[in-house]
Amino acid sequence: MIAEYWTFIVIAVAGFLATDIWRWLGVFTGNRLNEDSEALYWVRAVATSLVMAVTAKLIVFPNGTLAGTPLWLRVGAAGIGFAVFLATGRKVGIGVAVPMALLVAGLWWIGF
Amino acid sequence: MSPDSDDRNALSWFFTGMRGLLSLPALILLTSIVGFSAFALESGLTRAEAVFMSLAIWALPAQVILVGSMAGGANIAACFLAVTLSSIRMMPMVASVVPEMRTRRTPIWLLLILSHFIAITSWVFAITTLRNVPREYRAIYFAGFGVTLTLTGTLVVGVFYDIVSGFPPVVAGILFFLTPVYFNASIWVSAHQPVVKIAFVMGMILGPTLALVTPQFDVLCAGVGGGTVAYLIDRARRKRKRVGQEGRR
Repeated sequence: MIAEYWTFIVIAVAGFLATDIWRWLGVFTGNRLNEDSEALYWVRAVATSLVMAVTAKLIVFPNGTLAGTPLWLRVGAAGIGFAVFLATGRKVGIGVAVPMALLVAGLWWIGF
Repeated sequence: MSPDSDDRNALSWFFTGMRGLLSLPALILLTSIVGFSAFALESGLTRAEAVFMSLAIWALPAQVILVGSMAGGANIAACFLAVTLSSIRMMPMVASVVPEMRTRRTPIWLLLILSHFIAITSWVFAITTLRNVPREYRAIYFAGFGVTLTLTGTLVVGVFYDIVSGFPPVVAGILFFLTPVYFNASIWVSAHQPVVKIAFVMGMILGPTLALVTPQFDVLCAGVGGGTVAYLIDRARRKRKRVGQEGRR
């Protein structure tokens, strides 16, 4: 019985609760935390570094099919795409379309 | 104004929020969710588990970390730690939106419920569009966007779960690449302060580097270490700027 629902329990505790306690804390502090306070600067910096570490790992050490593609191609597609995104006025659409197009073109070119 | 026309107004703001579903960031998110459902399938999650996870967490990085931890055989405490560390960013994200979203009469339970729908895409939506909405309709306007996006995203997980399995494997892989490149662009766009941009670069460099050094604590070390260094660099920068301004006076 418990074994059957164990994955759901893990998702509820280690997923829902682990994430939403921070959302709830955000609601409670939202009114009190000063937008310019030093503490918020630090929390923001840590949060951003954390998310970007996860993101960079998805590119450098991906799971599944992408793991079999060359590292230079993934890093090159993401890096050149990001440079184009910065150079062309920071449109999210370009920041997504260019790296995707480079990845697809690269995979086709090496005959993946 | 009669209560009747008040209700109609509120409803029309709800629908205005819903229309945000057709914006580019929302469509990119929904496509990268297709990549997530492929990842969930590849990692051995059932369709019901993947759907439940999308609805219960509604934060792609946390979902990816949880699936990765579960697939790696981590126990529930280790899963909780890894996910909760990645979700700390929710606190400042929610905290920065709440003062703009509420009125003096907005009940706290409503804000607690709405906070569940705040993730990167809806946060960017909130900080860029809330100011154009009359204050008393901001909560319902955000609910229109946030709830619709979450339900649609969850529907996408359920519908594409086995459609993706019929794709050639390379398609699922390519779709999965959408998630990191989307985060790269959208987080950079939402970074209004230099400290966030410095932290962005620190995390980007430290994440993969530390994965080679301490594979178990890489994300934690990159977050706390990189974030603290970014904060200190930014504080020194702000101090220099202040000193410079005072020097000119």
